[in-house]
Amino acid sequence: MWDYIKLAVLGVVVVVAAVAASLARDLPYLVHMLVIILAAAITFMWTIRRIGEPVPAANPNEYMDGPIRFGVIATAFWGVVGFLVGVVIAFQLAWPELNFQWAQGYLNFGRLRPLHTSAVIFAFGGNALIASAFYVVQRTSAARLWGGGLAWFVFWGYQIFIVMAATGYVLGSTQGNEYAEPEWLTDLWLTIVWVAFLLVFMGTLINRREPHIYVANWFYMAFIITVAMLHIVNNLAIPVSVFGSRSIPVWSGVQSAMIQWWYGHNAVGFFLTAGFLGMMYYFIPKQAERPVYSYKLSIMHFWALIFLYIWAGPHHLHYTALPDWAQTLGMTFSIMLWMPSWGGMINGLMTLSGAWDKLRTDPIIRMMVVSVGFYGMATFEGPMMSIKAVNSLSHYTDWTIGHVHSGALGWNGMITFGMLYYLVPKLWQRQGLYSLRLVSWHFWLATIGIVLYAASMWVTGIMEGLMWREVDAQGFLVNSFADTVAAKFPMYVVRGLGGTLFLLGAIIMCYNLWKTVTSTAERKPARVAGAVPAE
Amino acid sequence: METYTWLRAFADSWHLLFMFVFFIGVFVYILRPGSSKVHDETANMIFRNDDKPSGDDNGPRATSHTEPKEVR
Repeated sequence: MWDYIKLAVLGVVVVVAAVAASLARDLPYLVHMLVIILAAAITFMWTIRRIGEPVPAANPNEYMDGPIRFGVIATAFWGVVGFLVGVVIAFQLAWPELNFQWAQGYLNFGRLRPLHTSAVIFAFGGNALIASAFYVVQRTSAARLWGGGLAWFVFWGYQIFIVMAATGYVLGSTQGNEYAEPEWLTDLWLTIVWVAFLLVFMGTLINRREPHIYVANWFYMAFIITVAMLHIVNNLAIPVSVFGSRSIPVWSGVQSAMIQWWYGHNAVGFFLTAGFLGMMYYFIPKQAERPVYSYKLSIMHFWALIFLYIWAGPHHLHYTALPDWAQTLGMTFSIMLWMPSWGGMINGLMTLSGAWDKLRTDPIIRMMVVSVGFYGMATFEGPMMSIKAVNSLSHYTDWTIGHVHSGALGWNGMITFGMLYYLVPKLWQRQGLYSLRLVSWHFWLATIGIVLYAASMWVTGIMEGLMWREVDAQGFLVNSFADTVAAKFPMYVVRGLGGTLFLLGAIIMCYNLWKTVTSTAERKPARVAGAVPAE
Repeated sequence: METYTWLRAFADSWHLLFMFVFFIGVFVYILRPGSSKVHDETANMIFRNDDKPSGDDNGPRATSHTEPKEVR
């Protein structure tokens, strides 16, 4: 019966989307409708071919690892795509000729830049978060994922969101809000997928067979709930037409700017920090085979982080129309964030106390430790840059971009790589990775890449900040904007090189993971006698 | 009174107090006597149930699986 309802709904979706496509007012909307038709039609075919077949009953004594395996593959794939687009736009900045005339309006910097940011944050990072959340919540709850096929819906629904967002950017459909570029239709779809994600996660937690909720799950929970809240509030908009992609935001003026950066900074705080801290608190202890250094500190880290982060947004709007008190509030809370961030960093690093020798033998631990190190560095740099006096120099310069990347490449990237190296042998029941040497290669390429990136952006950022404010004896500005652009050229080349090394490392990782699945020995059945292998 | 005015007044008085007391309360609760045993137990929970969920009908608590790898 359920299958017939599904078929009916999918059929209606195809028809409605086809009608909407024929009435489409703009190209991005048309493409989005075609994406929806395609996705619904494929699901329809998939369902109809299995109709009437006996459904294998889900075994509550097995973990549901299917969507996690797909999530791991999607993470690696979107990672490479996102890094590649990043390298392309880095070189477009160095050599503007790479904004090809034949691709003008589609593949120029302005169109590719949101594609890069969303691909790495939401496609690479988001898939890593969803997959690891599903993995961690099952293992720490000792219960199978709740909701049957709902986890599959979350995975595939999220990929559809990514495809809609990406095609929208290239075709020029954007709200113009940084990290919140997708238009209303894509936003609505993401809301549905995200609620399903929350249900699966909470349902599993409620079914847990462990008395306590492990701290990683608290971080994941804060990440899921806060992102839902941020996403909805920042994307309140009224569509111009139900057959067009454009919309008019509800907020205007400085309120709009404030809500955008309340969203934007908490996307950093809860998507890129809280969610990834959930990973840190599970995968580092697992890889080090030691419990977290101080469980008390981890709970304090959690509460202090969520209580402080939510106020830090106004530091993106220093010296703007935002009231002074709000700017000062944002700055103050950003500086207070030093404490939980460094508490968390110390907690992550000290988990290795007594096992530091592993740093020499285990490149995965090395990756995780460097990641936590970059977490510490980025969360030191961030509060410093939020100080008004520093911000007057750093704002609008490449220093900001360098800061973001030391956090994103160093912290988010490295912990995700560590997680992938940990998860792939587990999920595909392999004895171990194909090659630890290749992990070392990845580690060094990525680390050197980040150093080149961050260092060149410090130099160019501070240089252009100083050039912008330089005045002569008469009080005239010394440099024109074009002078600063010309002076930045060598650093832009170095930055592109750093990105290339990072991309190369990720490609090596994909090869290594592929070989791990296809050509290493299978893991012997679990140690416990009579245990059923996970799915 | 205007909505903004009373919301603003409430936000920076009673609600601020509530948030502050809640925040301090969390820290006091974390450091309460006897919490260390619970925390050690929870910190070591990740080292069990790696391959499959804990047995079906032993309810919400599965002490038999408790094999702390390391107790600090």
